[in-house]
Amino acid sequence: MEIAYFPGCTLKTTAKKLEDSALAVADALDINLKELPNWTCCGTVYSLAEDDLMRQVAPIRTLARTEALGYSTLTTLCSVCYNTLAQANLFVKADSIRLEKINNFMDEEPDYKGNVEVKHFLTILQELGTEKLKSAVKKDLSGLKVACYYGCLLLRPQSVGIDDCEQPYILENIMQALGTKPVFFPYQVECCGSYHTAVKPEIVARRVYRILENARENGANLVVTSCPLCYFNLKNRQKEIKKLYPGFKPMPIFYFTEIMTDAFGLTKTLENI
Amino acid sequence: METISTNKEKRSTKLRLVLKKQEDWLKKVEEISGQNVFACYQCGKCSAGCPMSAEMDLLPNQVIRLLQLGAVEPLLNCRTIWLCASCFTCTARCPKGVSLTRLMEGVRLAIFRTRKSDEISPKEMVKETLPQIALIGALRKLTA
Repeated sequence: MEIAYFPGCTLKTTAKKLEDSALAVADALDINLKELPNWTCCGTVYSLAEDDLMRQVAPIRTLARTEALGYSTLTTLCSVCYNTLAQANLFVKADSIRLEKINNFMDEEPDYKGNVEVKHFLTILQELGTEKLKSAVKKDLSGLKVACYYGCLLLRPQSVGIDDCEQPYILENIMQALGTKPVFFPYQVECCGSYHTAVKPEIVARRVYRILENARENGANLVVTSCPLCYFNLKNRQKEIKKLYPGFKPMPIFYFTEIMTDAFGLTKTLENI
Repeated sequence: METISTNKEKRSTKLRLVLKKQEDWLKKVEEISGQNVFACYQCGKCSAGCPMSAEMDLLPNQVIRLLQLGAVEPLLNCRTIWLCASCFTCTARCPKGVSLTRLMEGVRLAIFRTRKSDEISPKEMVKETLPQIALIGALRKLTA
């Protein structure tokens, strides 16, 4: 079955590594992803205002175009896009009047009827089953101790969460299927500071310090994530952490799909660790 | 005795002055957020779990308490509402089903809709290559 794929802006720039590795994973596992033509911004942060429909236009436009092309499932790799599209989808499905107003506003687009399901790529991998993943593994990664970092947007609010919001296991299951050893990591669901990185990087540095030290205390060699913003904060704010806490030692950060392509023998990203 | 009672009176007068009620404002926040602030019984779980609380001047549960009292002024000048990054931890853990995440957004939007000026300007943003989601996220959350 062909699945529509919504990349989002960041996957084409700072998170190109996530897109490249995820598409290679999809190829290796016979998941047929097709990039949506003419996709636009998802809206980035989901608007929490009940009375402002204008802010829902961006995600609903994407869903309308997906539906008009005959797709029933839309997948994303970016946690921010996933959260915004999934919450907007629920928001209009819950109230036909809202949906009608938004459809009327987007006169140039086909009407959205609410028949698209937004799924994160991780959910698609979970549905595929760990046996399929295990059979694709070509490289022994048993020495790797991995801390799986989820952040906020994959798990909360629960209405769109892809797993339990306090003790998720979806990333751990995948990492285990690849042969790596996921470590106990209670800070895996703590917010990294998100967009504050653009204005108050020192706050993000303090948040990330706690998260990475928690991973290290539990024996992790590296941290994996799926979100391009978490990835940036966890990786790039280590410079600021070093200034605040001089004893801090760098921690390698990867997208979960980079570990997958290495395990499948397609890349050698982990060689320098 | 007289002095003590005068002091007490003074204190209570001061308290009343600080907590000037603005119920219309509370209604606006409830309308935007779709939340009922009076469902909160101040257990403090939101503040206990908030990853940003160490950076905040008002604790998250104090934000709801001030809304319950209709005391808007302390909220207008606090750091807390701008530090909330909508991570939804408080919402996930609230035993009464109150979404403080939505209330925080309600307060931010009520301020924006009243004063029509931004909380940050692009000049204040860091000068380095950022993922677009960081730039747009910050601008959507912190500007009117």
